[in-house]
Amino acid sequence: MRAMSDPFVFDRPALRLRRDRAAASLPRVAGLLGEVAERLTETLDAIRRPFTRALDLGGRGVVAPRLRARGIEVVEAALSPGQAIAAGAPALVADEELLPFAPASFDLIVANLSLHWANDLPGALIQLRRSLRPDGLFLASLPIIGTLAELRAALTAAEADLTGGASPRVAPFPDLRDCAGLLQRAGFAMPVAERDEIRLRYADPLALLRDLRDAGETNALRLRERRFVSRALFPMALSRLPAEDGRITATLRLALLTGWAPG
Amino acid sequence: MTEPAPAPTTPPVDPRLLEILVCPLTKAPLEYDRAAGELISREAGLAYPIRDGIPIMLPDEARKLD
Repeated sequence: MRAMSDPFVFDRPALRLRRDRAAASLPRVAGLLGEVAERLTETLDAIRRPFTRALDLGGRGVVAPRLRARGIEVVEAALSPGQAIAAGAPALVADEELLPFAPASFDLIVANLSLHWANDLPGALIQLRRSLRPDGLFLASLPIIGTLAELRAALTAAEADLTGGASPRVAPFPDLRDCAGLLQRAGFAMPVAERDEIRLRYADPLALLRDLRDAGETNALRLRERRFVSRALFPMALSRLPAEDGRITATLRLALLTGWAPG
Repeated sequence: MTEPAPAPTTPPVDPRLLEILVCPLTKAPLEYDRAAGELISREAGLAYPIRDGIPIMLPDEARKLD
């Protein structure tokens, strides 16, 4: 039995495995990941100062090309060796919680949908801020509360019907207000957290689960149920997802974060 | 795990990475052992492997130094 105070909510080795398995399937979800990357990197076009060397943290192949297109030299870091090798040099394997960069290594860091499985998000943000040069820019997108809320509710209800209990199957996400506060506490200047939303519509509910798997985003909670799950659970839950015109909706609610390293 | 015999060593690490990489545990500079294909952190007593020119900067994947 784990103590309630255990800060390690996420199983990082399991996450690495999921990301490794997803290395080959990522092109199938590049559209969605790319849409978020597009919204995040658009911020750069409103900033007049040039950036020369960027870190793409966990960008899964959709961030680096958008930075290179703007003439920025990019180092790609991934948790999974398969994804780092696919990125090509300069790339490395690194854990967001234990960053291997000297102070002031970059003038831009972009973390697109890559920090929400961190056990110690404040610690990761502090390390990222230190890796930035003075006046360097940090951009991140994070899923926040409300993301996959439909799926979470359907799974909880179906599991309660089948077993009389429920186990966590969708990651806990922060809320928007937490995000700006986290940036500020990590020492970023002018922290901004903007809210954005993407609604995904699926004719086949199974396609939602397939997309999550292809992106390496399936359950990596340490307290996840590891026993055999009744085969009825997912079909039952998916059949309960609210549908419109025969299509189910999955909501991706995002915080787009901006912060500057103090000059 | 077996090593290929007449070791065609792993491709070299991109020099732009060597400039900025430090030990993720101690944040101290690393020694690059190109022949062994490792980045060595003396303080942490760890050698981080390099695969296909990609540094694997994870403490639990590193080799403990004697």
